[in-house]
Amino acid sequence: MNELQLKILELLLEDARRDAATIATMLDLAVDEVRTIIRDLEERHVIVKYATVVNWSKVDNDKVTALIEVQITPERGRGFDAIAEKIYLHPEVKSVYLMSGAYDLLVEIEGSTLKEVASFVSNKLSPIESVLSTKTFFILKKYKQDGIIFEEHEGDQRMSVSP
Amino acid sequence: MQKYIAPVVRDIPPSGIRKFFDLVSASKDIISLGVGEPDFVTPWSVRDACVMALERGRTSYTPNAGLVELREAIAEYLQSSFQLRYEPTQQILVTVGGSEAIDLALRTLIAPGDEVLIPEPCYISYSPITAITGGVPVGIETFAKDQFKITAESLRAKLTPRSKVLILCYPSNPTGGIMTYEDWLPIAQLVEEHDLIVISDEIYAELTYGRKHVSFASMPGMMERTILVSGFSKAFAMTGWRLGYACGHPELIAAMLKIHQYTVMCAPIMGQVAAVAALREGLAEKGRMVDAYNQRRRLVVKGFREIGLECHEPQGAFYAFPSIQNTGLDSETFAQRLLQEGRVAVVPGNVFGLGGEGFIRCSYATSVSNLTEALERIGSVVRPLLS
Repeated sequence: MNELQLKILELLLEDARRDAATIATMLDLAVDEVRTIIRDLEERHVIVKYATVVNWSKVDNDKVTALIEVQITPERGRGFDAIAEKIYLHPEVKSVYLMSGAYDLLVEIEGSTLKEVASFVSNKLSPIESVLSTKTFFILKKYKQDGIIFEEHEGDQRMSVSP
Repeated sequence: MQKYIAPVVRDIPPSGIRKFFDLVSASKDIISLGVGEPDFVTPWSVRDACVMALERGRTSYTPNAGLVELREAIAEYLQSSFQLRYEPTQQILVTVGGSEAIDLALRTLIAPGDEVLIPEPCYISYSPITAITGGVPVGIETFAKDQFKITAESLRAKLTPRSKVLILCYPSNPTGGIMTYEDWLPIAQLVEEHDLIVISDEIYAELTYGRKHVSFASMPGMMERTILVSGFSKAFAMTGWRLGYACGHPELIAAMLKIHQYTVMCAPIMGQVAAVAALREGLAEKGRMVDAYNQRRRLVVKGFREIGLECHEPQGAFYAFPSIQNTGLDSETFAQRLLQEGRVAVVPGNVFGLGGEGFIRCSYATSVSNLTEALERIGSVVRPLLS
């Protein structure tokens, strides 16, 4: 990954709707060059998707999110990957990370009620053969996600005109 | 009560910026490109250092010239960033913003009738403070065709036997113009030849794009003749802290210190502690801010040119200074119409002195989405004027 690609990624991370022409101006590049780089990043799945960051606490149908620490025994030949796949294929699972430390996988689950999440853990996650133990932590409030702070801070405090 | 006010103060004309500020404050849904300060807040690590100092009860006076620790940090920073070597205990004075340093320098240098040469358009305080000290401000007009650089010819044309001080402010507020080593050489020669003393306001030194700032004090022979003025406001987004400094010959700094100790005693300790943290830990964040300004700068300059306004390429600070001469309006009328019809605030160029008429100052210290929207609005006001 070269510096140019990184800069383009940063600008898209800030605002995925920025068009190639704007990015080209901001980085002092030709539009075609920017288009080519973005297309290449898309094709190589460096850019996987252009998604929207939602503050769900502002939406009426509140969701329940939990982080689950999962201990597993790795499968011969395929290590952790096969079990991770068994878990992440469930649509309720929002993210899965392989971790260093006291447990192996960190799984993020989303459901519409507490009960729904609990039943996912007991009916779907725990019964998987290689799963040794789970610890479930419910998320009470999200302050910041992917570098984006959710709480609205007081707006621009500066005087509108100053020397 | 007017009769009680000293003539020298009474005669200072009201600030053009102030007038425009009142106009803007009375309007709603404005996007402001009129703001002369960063849109970033002070880096958290710097704010945190101040909070910690308060918790530990650091609320006392400091030495008049500032915390030794801070002066040492400033000395190290100036040496590593701009190859300037100042002895921290004798050549550096910590002040309440760069503004106090400018005031002190002028009061220290000027005797009644001395002429102060000021390249314009420029920051609005030089001329009034010169007048308060009894000096005579002499404007030197700079031009868009020269990228608003001061030239040796224009300086020479204004020299008289009473010329004493030259005030320089590059990177420039309001034009975004900068001076290179080659640009400085003939100016430094003239300064030497005519035995001038220089106040170099380098508050925007950290905000240059594509090339590094060259301090006038770093030019051969100029360190002795230059009072360097700078501060933390622009580089570290610390405007409200009011913390600046002056560096120069020990005798000049000692003289400035005399006024400083009787007027403000010392700069507030909380800000001084934060400034130490800024120099130690804030430089990485500063780099990110400069990158962001640079991206916006390109966006704004291209935007103005596409609208049909000539705009020289600013290479420093965070201002674009496009010409609005082809609209047929003067700066103030244009800025007022833009405010009323386009709901965008800019500062009319005429408030910055000679050569400012026919231009507007647009600060790009605001978000990309604000800038994009502002350019659209400016376009819709300007295009009918051009056709």
